[in-house]
Parts: sequence; C-alpha cells; structure tokens
Amino acid sequence: MAIEILMPALSPTMEEGKLAKWLKKEGDTVSAGDVIAEIETDKATMEVEAVDEGVIGKILVAEGTEEVKVNAPIAVLLEEGEDASAADKVGSAPAAAEAPAAPATPEAPAAPAAPAAPVASVAPADPEIPAGTKMVSMTVREALRDAMAEEMRRNENVFLMGEEVAQYQGAYKISQGLLDEFGEKRVIDTPITEHGFTGLAVGAAMAGLNPIVEFMTFNFAMQAIDHIINSAAKTLYMSGGQMGAPMVFRGANGAAARVAAQHSQDYAAWYASIPGLKVVQPYSAADAKGLLKAAIRDPNPVVFLENEILYGQHFDVPDVEDLVLPIGKAKIVREGTDATMVSWGIGMTYALQAVDELAKQGVSVELIDLRTIRPLDMDTVLASVRKTGRLVTVEEAFPICSVSSEIAYQVQSEAFDWLDAPVLRVTGKDVPMPYAANLEKLALPNAKEVIDAVKAVTYTA
Amino acid sequence: MAGTQSKSSGGRAKGATKARGAMKNVPALVEFSKEEELNAYREMLFIRRFEEKAGQLYGMGLIGGFCHLYIGQEAVVVGMEMAKEKGDQMITSYRDHAHMLACGMDPNGVMAELTGRRGGLSKGKGGSMHMFSKEQEFYGGHGIVGAQVALGTGLAFANRYKENGKVSMAFFGDGAANQGQVYESFNMAKLWNLPVIYVIENNKYGMGTSIERASSTTDLSQRGASFGIPGVQVDGMDVRAVKAATDYAMEWCREGNGPYILEMITYRYRGHSMSDPAKYRSKDEVQKMRSEHDPIEQVRARLLEKEWATEDELKAIDKEVRGVVAASAEFAQNDPEPDPSELYTDIVL
Repeated sequence: MAIEILMPALSPTMEEGKLAKWLKKEGDTVSAGDVIAEIETDKATMEVEAVDEGVIGKILVAEGTEEVKVNAPIAVLLEEGEDASAADKVGSAPAAAEAPAAPATPEAPAAPAAPAAPVASVAPADPEIPAGTKMVSMTVREALRDAMAEEMRRNENVFLMGEEVAQYQGAYKISQGLLDEFGEKRVIDTPITEHGFTGLAVGAAMAGLNPIVEFMTFNFAMQAIDHIINSAAKTLYMSGGQMGAPMVFRGANGAAARVAAQHSQDYAAWYASIPGLKVVQPYSAADAKGLLKAAIRDPNPVVFLENEILYGQHFDVPDVEDLVLPIGKAKIVREGTDATMVSWGIGMTYALQAVDELAKQGVSVELIDLRTIRPLDMDTVLASVRKTGRLVTVEEAFPICSVSSEIAYQVQSEAFDWLDAPVLRVTGKDVPMPYAANLEKLALPNAKEVIDAVKAVTYTA
Repeated sequence: MAGTQSKSSGGRAKGATKARGAMKNVPALVEFSKEEELNAYREMLFIRRFEEKAGQLYGMGLIGGFCHLYIGQEAVVVGMEMAKEKGDQMITSYRDHAHMLACGMDPNGVMAELTGRRGGLSKGKGGSMHMFSKEQEFYGGHGIVGAQVALGTGLAFANRYKENGKVSMAFFGDGAANQGQVYESFNMAKLWNLPVIYVIENNKYGMGTSIERASSTTDLSQRGASFGIPGVQVDGMDVRAVKAATDYAMEWCREGNGPYILEMITYRYRGHSMSDPAKYRSKDEVQKMRSEHDPIEQVRARLLEKEWATEDELKAIDKEVRGVVAASAEFAQNDPEPDPSELYTDIVL
C-alpha cells in the first residue's frame, strides 16, 4: 500500500519548516536511509531520509514551499509492484489518519493542573530514652566513628571510602581504628580524585552495596557534585523506582578557621534543593551518632554535613545499645514563649549563646535545632511560630537563596496571620570567606547579631 | 577496517609486560557457526529496524527531546552481548536503545518509554536516555558524558567486593574518552584490579567534532597505557571481531587481571541526535561506510554465500523483526501517558 511521507519534526520545538529542495523526483527508487529532501528550520538546514523503501509516486509539496506544518504529507511512496495511480488514492485514505495530530501546539486550556505535592509524612519522634540511662560524655568525632563502626558490624555491605580514611586514620581522625577492625576491603583509601571515586561509589550502590563516601571537606565534593546529583539523587526517579543509590556522602562542611574562601563554604542549601536527596546537618554528638546510623540504613542517598569545629566538642550521649534517630525530625532544644529561633549545625553555637543571654534579660526564646535540612520539619517550626508570633533563623551559610530563605518563605505562606514581626535571618555575610582574622570574624555570624535580631522581632531593642 | 591490534607503549606501569602479551593474543576474529551468524543477523537487524522506527516516530512528533540512534553501530553491542555471561553488567551513555534491546529488555517497554507513556520501562519518567533493568543487569542510560565510566567502574568494584565473578562493561564514545573522570576511573580500576571492560565505541565524531579535531592522540585503545591497562582496536563493524575480542577481554577480567580496553572502530550513519545538520562530514563518507562496511550486510552476504540461508529465509527474519518493532510502535502510541499522580512518586523511598 502506498505510504505518505510526512513533514518530519527534526527538533522538539519545530512546528513548521521550509521544504528547501527535493533530491529525488517522481519515479525515483529510494531505500531506507536515502536522503530525499532538504528542510530548512529556524535552526539549520537538515536532510530528510526515507524510512521505507519504494518508488516516489507523487510529490505533494513543491520545493521552495515555506511554512510546511510538521506531519503534513509531502510525498507518496509506492511499494514494490504498485503503479502510480495508487498515489492518487492516498490522502483521504486511512494512511493519513494514522498520522497523529502534531503535539507541538497543545491547546492552552488542555494543560491540566499539577497534582498537589504529597504532604510529607510526619517523621516519628525520637526514641524514648529510659529514665536513669547513663549519659556518656563524647566528642562529635567519636560519635561519628562509633556510628560507622556499629553499622559496619551490622551490615557487611556497608563500607567506607575516601581520602586518608584508612592508614592515616582519617584526615580529621573520624575513621580512627576502623581499618584495624574492618580491614582494607571495607575501609578504603582512595586517590585524590573526588569525581572518579564518587562515581565509583554510586555505581557500587546501584549494584547493591551501601557506601559511605567521606569527603575530606565538602568543598572538594564540588568536583563530585555531578555524581551526587545526576547519578545518585535522580536515578530512582529516572528508573521509575527500579534502582537507586542507598549511600551516604559525609564530611566536614562549612567554615573551619582561617582556611579562606575555597575551604569554608556551607553547602546545605545547595543539596537541600535537590529532590531525591536527604540532607542532615547535626549539631550535638548524640544527634551526629543517631542520625548517621539512620543515614547509613536509609535506602536513599543522604548528604551528611559535619563541621570541623564541632568535631572536638563534647556532648552527653545516652549509653544505649542502638541509638538511631529519625531523619526529618527537628528537636526543640529550649522551650520559650516570646520568639522562635531556628538553627542547625554550627549555627546552634551562636543560637545557644544568644538564648542564654536573652534569658538573663527576661526574653524567653524557643530554640529549635532542625538537624535535618531535607526533608524540612516545618510542622515543628510552624507550631512554634504560631505560639510565639516571631521567628529568627541562624546559620553560617551565605544569605542569598539560603535555607533561611526557604524557611521564611514557608512561614509567611503557612503562618502569615500569626506573625507579629517580619522573619529575620542571621547568616554568614554575602562575601567569599576572608583569611585575615578580623575579617573572618566579621564574615561569620555572632551571638550579638542573633540577640539583636531577637530584640528587633520582639520590639525590645 | 581490518582489526588493527595495537601495541602498548608499556612503560614501567605495573603489569605492563603482561599487558603487552595480553594484546598480542587477541584474535582478530573467529569464524561464526551458522547459528551464531543467524543470531547476529537477527539481533542486529532488530536494532536497525527498531531505531528506524524510533526515527520515524520522532519525525511524527511522538518522541520528544533528544533521541540518539545507534544505526551503523549494531555489531558492537550484539557481538558483546554474544560474549557475555548471565550476571555481567552493561552501562552506557544516552545512545542506549540498542544495549537495552540486546540484553533482552522488552521492546514495547523501550518504545513506550521513548514516547513517554506509562508502560515505558521507567514509567515514562526517564525517556530515551534513561532506562534501567535489574533483571537484565542494565544500569542505564546516562546523560552526562563520561559519568557511566565511573559508575561502571563502581559496578566492577561491587563485583570484586561480592566476589561474584561477574564483569562490568562500561560503554562510552570517542568524545567521552577525553573526560577527566575516565582517567580517574582507569586509575582506580587498575589500582584495585577491578573486572571491567571499557568499551570505547569510536564512531569518529563526538557530536559534530571529529576525533582528529578533539583528541591529541587518536588511538584510544592505548589511553590506558599509563595505568597499565591493556587495550586493542577492534573492527567494530564486524560482529565476529567484536565477539572474539570480547571473549578475550572477559577471560582477562575473570582471571583477576583487572580492566581491559576495547576500542570498537565503528560508525554512526545518522546524526548525533535528531536535529543534526550533518555539515561536519561528507555524504560520500557516510555512503561509503554504508555500502562497504555495513555490519548487517556483511553477515547477510556470508549467510548467502555459505548457503546457510536463502533470500526468502532472510526476508522472513526481516518480516518477523518488523512485526516485533511494529507491535512496539503500536503499543507505544496507544499506551496512555503516565497518571498525573506519578509526578510525585519514586523520588525517595
């Protein structure tokens, strides 16, 4: 049966084009792949190849014709043994009906509304720590090491890889002792090639292992961010749920001390903007331990942001068998009535100083440690804001498009009528981190800025 | 296009001596049995017809975005599939339809993914460049040039970790062969002796830039030399040469010798993607490859010459293959689009 050759779309945006030139004429024999015509679009001149074999029975659109719509018949191809009269029968024939309407110009009203985003399921509360549980003073460093060791004992598919994690015992000594216990198969020193070893780890996760990738600092993970986002975070969606990357990317994030611009960035907002990732940024040793254990067990890629300055700080950690804390659940650290303060990670050091000072001055602040940045526990934040009517956020990162920005957006959207003052944020300054001691101090937030912000929102300045 | 067996420059890299020996031993090709020839013919023709149909559906506006066709390169993936064992993994770039068909993924599901329908292998969420199958050990369809090389090295890392004896095949093009992460991967693969075959599908053009205009050295089989990874150039238009070289590389990997590079010299007849103005190469060049080196025609000629098949029998194979492809196109056009509720599924578990 004669086949209509249709004006092809040569790019996703093409709606029409000029039939610039016929390279075959009526009566010519063509086979699949032969160039039969040239088409000009707004982008380029391109060749039209025959898809089927046969004889050109009739040319329907003369060369030089402009504005030929995509999917309009431009010629009729006769199959072996057909005579030219078959060409005339095409047109009203069902062959034309087979060509679907070009979807290039959808009717405007037809676009359906996107379904509502599902309401995030509420993360469970922290497990009950029985009264009388012994508390052990521990550094964040030790807590992280213990979390990894416990999970590696529990699941042999968990392994740690990164620069200096094995023989050197960790650039920041987080992996101290792990090589001795687990051997070089599971504690692996890598070359200094973040892009490559991160991609390798994501591939291993796709094959069913549970890698922990340590970045000496997250500044170096910028070399690997393509694999964290494009390979790890998006695969579950792109595969329709068949395959993902159950793994942890962890390491020091944010400013240390006097290491200047390239070694001082806080990446929480970058990773938190990516669907498919979970992002955890703990402050205390107990949260570091309980959340890292949860991250290692999580079936999704988790970005776990630590802080070099916090590594050596001591906290009380409950001495329980298996401390696993829920990812996605904020913690109310201090209850209060006059204003809500939301912080996380090292921002908590400024927040706590400020809250204690304000308490002495008679201002009661409710302090929330987010602990997880994605998914954000807005339920806890909103409940508090509806109680106090005021909100200050505290973080070390850059201000523009920060986690604070997102919290402020959600609060004005969900609790506008409860707000008695604008939401204020205390952040790092909008500058690359300077080296000079005095400038560095100016670039970082401090407790006074936090106190001033609370006084501003409570109109007590 | 005779398979040229390159020699390593060796150097003092670990294992270089053994690597040189390894390359001399690769057979240029091994004659196929009748069954192998018929199998190769059917599989290559199936890919060719499928891709032609995909091009046609694209032209009709039924497939959107990017669509990278494999026409001309069929012998590479078919020859490698013939050499692999169950459980060996494949991972490739965005020019991935053929790999999925070769390793047994459902053609209806592939075509419906191209049209963005709910019966697509990724439920319509991945498209032409992103499909996966745990059952068939196919790890995607990746859109960032070179990313699959590091990921494929990770599959091999997992094989060694699990001690399962499997080999990972990481496919990439001559364009990707200049990516930095490729060399980071080579380094770790040899350092840890991971069972991975790096398959460089050298079709001579990275998009519109010829290899001579993009690469300081053009014998890509030797790109592993500074890491001690052996490699050979293979006539990627001759399915027998592909199979023979892959058999050798598979054994090399399974014996614990680490990675191996196969540079498949091949050619793509169509543009890089669909909107390719084809100004970077001459029509004569394309026509010459098609008429003198076509991978399917080569097998067809041998089958007829040896009287292993008649013209009618080959026509019957073509008809059977066209039927499967037509059914996939039919399915892909009639299958509904994904339910809107799918927008928010499969983001996190």
